[in-house]
Amino acid sequence: MPEKSTSALPTTPLSVVNVGLHGFVESLRAQGVEVTAVDWRPPSAPRLTHTRTGVDIEAANAEATARIAQGRPVLVGMGIARQTIPGYHDRLILHAGPPVSWERMCGPQRGAVMGALVHEGWAQDEGEAAELAASGEVEFAPCHHYHAVGPMAGIISPSMPVFIVRNETFGNLAYATQNEGLGRVLRYGAYGPDIYQRLRWMEDTLYPTLKTAVESIAGGIDLRALISQALHMGDEGHNRNRAGTSLFLRAVTPALMRTCPDRERAAEVFEFIERNDHFFLNLSMAAAKSTLEPAEGIAGATILTVMARNGTDFGIRMAGAPERWFVAPAGIVDGLYLPGYTAADANPDIGDSTVTETAGFGGFAMAAAPAIARFVGGTPEDALRATLEMYEICFAEHEHFTIPALNFRGTPLGIDVRRVMETGIRPRLNTGIAHREPGIGMVGAGVLPAPEACFVEAFAAIREW
Amino acid sequence: MPTNCLIKHSTYHDSVALMQVARELTQLPGVLDAAVVMGTPANQAILREASLMLPEIEAAAANDLVIVVRAETDERAAHALQVAENRLAHRPESGETGSTPPPRTIRQAVRRHPGANLAVISVAGQYAAAEAWEALRNGLHVFLFSDHVSLADELALKQYAIERGRLLMGPDCGTAILNGVALGFANDVPRGPVGIVAAAGTGLQEVSALLARLGVGVSQAIGTGGRDLSAEVGGLTMLAGVRALQADPETKGLLLVSKPPDEAVAARVLAQVRQGDKPTVICFLGGDAAPIAEAGAIPARTLQEAAYRAATLATAADGAEGAGTAVEEIIERETAELRTLARALQERLKPDQTYLRGLFSGGTLAAETLLLWSERLDDVRSNLALDPRLGLPDPACSVGHCVVDLGADEFTVGRPHPMLDHTLRARRLMQEADDPQVAAILLDVVLGYGVHSDPAGELGPVIRRARETAAQADRELLVVASVTGTEQDPQGLSQQVQTLEECGAVVAGCNAAAARLAVFIARPDL
Repeated sequence: MPEKSTSALPTTPLSVVNVGLHGFVESLRAQGVEVTAVDWRPPSAPRLTHTRTGVDIEAANAEATARIAQGRPVLVGMGIARQTIPGYHDRLILHAGPPVSWERMCGPQRGAVMGALVHEGWAQDEGEAAELAASGEVEFAPCHHYHAVGPMAGIISPSMPVFIVRNETFGNLAYATQNEGLGRVLRYGAYGPDIYQRLRWMEDTLYPTLKTAVESIAGGIDLRALISQALHMGDEGHNRNRAGTSLFLRAVTPALMRTCPDRERAAEVFEFIERNDHFFLNLSMAAAKSTLEPAEGIAGATILTVMARNGTDFGIRMAGAPERWFVAPAGIVDGLYLPGYTAADANPDIGDSTVTETAGFGGFAMAAAPAIARFVGGTPEDALRATLEMYEICFAEHEHFTIPALNFRGTPLGIDVRRVMETGIRPRLNTGIAHREPGIGMVGAGVLPAPEACFVEAFAAIREW
Repeated sequence: MPTNCLIKHSTYHDSVALMQVARELTQLPGVLDAAVVMGTPANQAILREASLMLPEIEAAAANDLVIVVRAETDERAAHALQVAENRLAHRPESGETGSTPPPRTIRQAVRRHPGANLAVISVAGQYAAAEAWEALRNGLHVFLFSDHVSLADELALKQYAIERGRLLMGPDCGTAILNGVALGFANDVPRGPVGIVAAAGTGLQEVSALLARLGVGVSQAIGTGGRDLSAEVGGLTMLAGVRALQADPETKGLLLVSKPPDEAVAARVLAQVRQGDKPTVICFLGGDAAPIAEAGAIPARTLQEAAYRAATLATAADGAEGAGTAVEEIIERETAELRTLARALQERLKPDQTYLRGLFSGGTLAAETLLLWSERLDDVRSNLALDPRLGLPDPACSVGHCVVDLGADEFTVGRPHPMLDHTLRARRLMQEADDPQVAAILLDVVLGYGVHSDPAGELGPVIRRARETAAQADRELLVVASVTGTEQDPQGLSQQVQTLEECGAVVAGCNAAAARLAVFIARPDL
């Protein structure tokens, strides 16, 4: 930390931060002085410290990031969406990202909606489902408007089971569905009998078994602890959830054994989770969502509390204006593709899973996940660089999530719209890639920067505050 | 023996990190045993075995961090718990490799190098204030080299810095020496008893280099920026600098250098000087000496005199009185020598050659010359002149006696400063050499860190060519130079002097001496 002395003269040997002429760096090094040369560029936006009405933005952001870091998400139970999510009604379908009409909805999100309508029994087949969706008889709303998050298409329909995550520090709840696995799955826009069969099994077998087990654990399962350990085990909590899934199984298995009278059924449930490295993703997302909501409504805070995509639009919301979406067209993912697919098959960026980056992990913790460094260039050093760059646009560092490769430095926490605008560095997102057509499913995974336009708009709004 | 514990709910740390902390705790005085573990059943069993179990710990969960200490006293135990908490909260500097990208912002630079204590800022003026704010907010002292920072920003930055005990040097601060380190354009001088605060960059260079040549070092040399002593800024940095040096045990005497400040500001500075008990030499170049003497400080007319007086003060055991006389003698003796030299030089000139032309890279050196010439010569023109009748109607063209500050805005817009690049000065030198009325051209050659790596090497050949041009017109052209620098500077003082002499320049001991020599050349009758 900088010296705390009140002397007007430096009391320790000079250690210089140089901003500007490089010749001064050389002069200082020639004198044996330690110099850190800032790779400075002209800021692309003025530096704001106060709102127009005089609110101290720095203080507001400090409060917002402190609340996020202090959140302690715990998996406390499960329920059926219709009965569990406050405000849910019978004709409501929740989706990932900012609000979007059926007409503007991208292929995979339409596919997932059609699949969900068939699954709910509201339509006989996908064609009828599309007609129903277009008829206006079904209401669509973002998961984020209902304390929920959904990966990729992010569809939540009334009969779907959801995890209930409680932020023990603030008492608020967040919800997410059970993860189906990879490949041909509803959230990637796939539909068909295989999908419905799996969804039904997840409702009839996985859900009641898991619910009973989870709810038998006194105090629930501490997701913050699981995420912080997973970050030390090679996960970043978004594109890699292998360690988190394993840790979750360790936490839940004894209860599963005790509460499930049918051994075969317990084994099926165990196997389903064990075979899906991404099972933990929905839990880490709900955990992230529950930590972000307490920061909403802090006047003057320019920290993002929502960053989400629906495959058509990319949207952000800020702690200081939690109701307002700032949207821009969803970006194209720089990805690695499954055999048989190419970039031409890819839908633009989609899903609420960027809630992980918003909450200080996911792509921002790439340095913790060298095993998936190939997404960002290939080497663990590339992964390290990716995280170091994100510190530039974040307001704080996480108290509980740390990165071994950075000597246990806290992860970059709290995307500050001001800093994104000043530095021109955009949030770096990890994501899966869905096929652009409805009904097919996952084609790959990759990374991309968030689009600039929504930050430009958000910044303009801040200047009006 | 008290056993105390601290339980941090839902706080995960790697067990290796925890064992390290536990080992540190057991090494603290008065600590008999300590454990820092996650509250798992296995760890609870270990605590029970070690007799470190407490009822609170029984209630701890696997995700709770448990710190438990048995010590000789409650205070020792409490202290150990505090140490553990601090250690776990402390995030060491990240272990980055050379291939990691440099930080893009001051904030990140400080985060990566927590020992950083000074920002050197030289970005374009429109961005400079924002960077200075960032530096101050991150606890750094600031050397603000950039100019064109607004007056409002300067005031606000300086007030903020003072409230937080930070030094804000600048904007438009060219020179400082902090903790023995040359910042901006500054010379390599030894550390010693004289503390300097200067509103004038080359003024600071000249006095610190002269002190070094006299064998006297500098404790700290604080630059304030050129506008600090205006009525608007009120000398905030000068006052903060004086206060800091008055309190600094390494500083035995003070030396203040500036152009004449605003009257009210001067009064404030003098009041602060009066409050201190350290001898203080003040050179308000061209200003009134009386109020300085009234404030109990020692006035100095020129930079040279200021350096000499400060050197004597700092070294004299018996105070200011006797030392002052010695300085006058030195300067008088030097003046006599310069007169003799001038006479010999003047004899080589044609009767028409009567005018002096000073071509300066350093603004304060130009101001010192203007002062000394104006005392003895009529109608000295300059782009620094306060009297508009004595300005340069066309800055690119000399008339009569001229002092040209080539570092002034009208010459540097869109061009590098003449301390970095000698192109403009070389061209002007050739232009003056063509004027048959010119008797002598005066040059300053400024050495040190940050400036041109070999100014004599650049100027020498031009001096030779200028003299050859004059010789072809059957005249002698005198070129008088002074070198601001020390032997330890990267360019090396004697090396630079030698190069200039080999190229036909007459090199004087300092700028004031060069200016006086030129005057005696123009007016051998004086």
